[in-house]
Amino acid sequence: MKLSNLAACATTLALAVPGAALADSGRAENWAIGMRDAASPVQHQLNDFHNTLLVIITGIVLLVFVLLGLVIYKFRASKNPTPSRTTHNTLLEVGWTALPLIVLAFIAWESMRLLYFMDRVEDPEMTLVVTGYQWYWGYAYPDQQVDEFLSILIPEEELEEGQLRLLSVDNPVVLPIDTDIEIQITADVNGVLHSWAVPSFGIKTDAVPLRKNHTWVRIEREGTYYGLCSEICGDGHAYMPIEVRAVSREAFDDWVEQQVAGRELDEPPVLLTRTYQGPVNADGQLAQASGQQDILETR
Amino acid sequence: MADHAAHAGDHHDHKPGFVKRWLFSTNHKDIGTLYLIFAVVAGLIGAFLSLLMRMELMYPGLQVAANGHEWNVWITAHGLIMVFFVVMPAMIGGFGNWIVPLMIGAPDMAFPRLNNISFWLLVPSFLLLAGSMLMPGGPGPGAGTGWTIYPPLSSGLGHGGPAVDMAIFSLHLAGASSILGAVNFITTIFNMRAPGMTLHKMPLFVWSMLVTAFLLLLAVPVLGGAITMLLTDRNFGSTFFSPAEGGDPILFQHLFWFFGHPEVYIMILPGFGMISHIVATFSRKPIFGYLGMAYAMVAIGAVGFVVWAHHMFTVGMNVDTKAYFTIATMIIAVPTGIKIFSWIATMWGGSITFETPMLWAVGFIFLFTIGGVTGVVLANGSADVYLHDTYYVVAHFHYVLSLGAVFAIFAGWYYWIGKMSGRQYPEMLGKIHFWMTFIGVNLLFFPQHFLGLAGMPRRYPDYPDAYAGWNWVSSIGGYISVLSAVFFIYIAWVTLRSGRKAEANYWGEGATTLEWTLSSPPPFHQFEVLPRIK
Repeated sequence: MKLSNLAACATTLALAVPGAALADSGRAENWAIGMRDAASPVQHQLNDFHNTLLVIITGIVLLVFVLLGLVIYKFRASKNPTPSRTTHNTLLEVGWTALPLIVLAFIAWESMRLLYFMDRVEDPEMTLVVTGYQWYWGYAYPDQQVDEFLSILIPEEELEEGQLRLLSVDNPVVLPIDTDIEIQITADVNGVLHSWAVPSFGIKTDAVPLRKNHTWVRIEREGTYYGLCSEICGDGHAYMPIEVRAVSREAFDDWVEQQVAGRELDEPPVLLTRTYQGPVNADGQLAQASGQQDILETR
Repeated sequence: MADHAAHAGDHHDHKPGFVKRWLFSTNHKDIGTLYLIFAVVAGLIGAFLSLLMRMELMYPGLQVAANGHEWNVWITAHGLIMVFFVVMPAMIGGFGNWIVPLMIGAPDMAFPRLNNISFWLLVPSFLLLAGSMLMPGGPGPGAGTGWTIYPPLSSGLGHGGPAVDMAIFSLHLAGASSILGAVNFITTIFNMRAPGMTLHKMPLFVWSMLVTAFLLLLAVPVLGGAITMLLTDRNFGSTFFSPAEGGDPILFQHLFWFFGHPEVYIMILPGFGMISHIVATFSRKPIFGYLGMAYAMVAIGAVGFVVWAHHMFTVGMNVDTKAYFTIATMIIAVPTGIKIFSWIATMWGGSITFETPMLWAVGFIFLFTIGGVTGVVLANGSADVYLHDTYYVVAHFHYVLSLGAVFAIFAGWYYWIGKMSGRQYPEMLGKIHFWMTFIGVNLLFFPQHFLGLAGMPRRYPDYPDAYAGWNWVSSIGGYISVLSAVFFIYIAWVTLRSGRKAEANYWGEGATTLEWTLSSPPPFHQFEVLPRIK
């Protein structure tokens, strides 16, 4: 049964591979050995940075491997019966202290540039609010007046053609391409930690109750991008994937229109959870938003 | 080093009866033996949990675990057992207790009764942890929080039952045991060295234990504080880590990793010490750059205290803070590099033979280098965003711990078992054990780098089908590793039962520290006349 499992999954992959679309799809491939394809400027740079690091660390490992091989060959007892008594060589010791420092300085330089680039984007064009629950995600678009909706894993037995086990959700989060998007990430006030991660975007940010963490993305091409919750959050940790559908700006506007149809646009969007507004409310209490109670009860 | 052979064994040993000898032990060698037996038993339980985990992950879908919570209980228990009940007892309690007094020419540890309670605290501690797997926890029995026990998952909200409380009590006892042990080592090493053995003549294993003991003394109380705060949050209405009541779960992470990062050096530093002796012994050459080696360990220990938040790059820290922790973390690569190169330089010009301990030592140097360089990748606050909490991290820390610390433990076991038991292991079986483990663990952990790069998160009982390939390979490696662990038990049994009698210094001219001046096994009380060091 297990073997047939594997066979089934191999067949699926064999069927899927010919489609060139897979190469730049936002999900992992079987037997992959490197990072995912990038779909954002941040992930492009992360890929480049990782490639640089990979060259450096492979070089170091090879150096150690060759040196070890050399001493094992040259100084084995049968070849070198009389050991030397050398225990110091100042030049050598200074060398193997200083050289790594230079390599590290080079890495740090690249690393710092990227770290600050990843940190924030000036003047984002829109905001997405992500909330982690046990065990699904909620998404809201305050700028477009789109209420928070829930994004829940499709169970294995309900999967339809083309949907992916443990990755496809009922309501994917829809985002426009070529747009600087600020993403605010938080978690259910009465819940636990989660982490919202989309490898193709170079994003992984923890969802912490009553904290609003920030990250940003500019998606470069249309497509569906997948991620998985990346902070242990209990029983359903493996069952709250992230599915992002990146569409053209026009298609995004159409989608927004559908979402807000029949609503007064000047009323504020409903957030299921109460996000962080300040240290304490006027009455010193943490009041619960209307939708919150339902979620607590269903848990 | 020593200018005399020990005469302590001349008269008859006065060994106490069984109960007095093993339950009320005050002899450092007996307590060391108890620690080693304890670590082997706990290690088998920890390895059994790994086996369950690899069986579960071999194919997509749930095979072995009933649900996600049960899985979380396994990984939590696996982590805590391996850290607190296998690696630490084996290295510090086992080899530290056995070898440190012998190496410094002392008759015993400074506080023999403290030594005894350090060991006997571990037994109830382990029973509490094992018991917590059966008590009501979250949705099912057991604490499914990960070894990091982050709230709010570990608070009343995520785990209402007493399982987490029991795990906390277990850590309290294990922590007390470690702190008392650390006090004992520091006092012993500072006050009981043989005449003439200055700090700068002290064997490197003793140096490593001294640094480790200081790390324990400074780091473990912080864990004790953090888990006590968690305990009062859970039971007495405090709100240290409860966000809805003004507490901060991120505070717990800072406290945990202030302990947790030094803890990883606590697990590897004694290994550094052992490897130094083994490499020198089999190269028949004194260690290269002794002072550099000693102070590299001091530097690793010191810098290890100011890098903790590199475990928390994704929690939403200020970017300048991330920059600081990135750079501070990378600095650690420098003293670690000094150690790697000094080991190779020790071998350079030597007359090397490759008995089993040396195989493990050379394996350690190579595999620790691989684990070390992936550490440099993870040190970057930028790259870590992609890799944090993926299998890349799992691969990294198993390369430095499972292939680093555990290799060092096996190296030490084969190196000293003749000294400790008086019986030598069978060389051929030792070599087979090495190669089996070497192949097994590399097959087990190397593909996990690929899974991490492809984005597979850790702590998942089930994964999208695209991760099936490497997980299958990894599981095969896991089975080989577990088999080799069972094979080790067989070797240990053969050694103790029918190993050939070991002479005082069975490694010959390369083994120069004081324990080789004593008989194998050493007399019950050694160095009744203190050796003098020139």
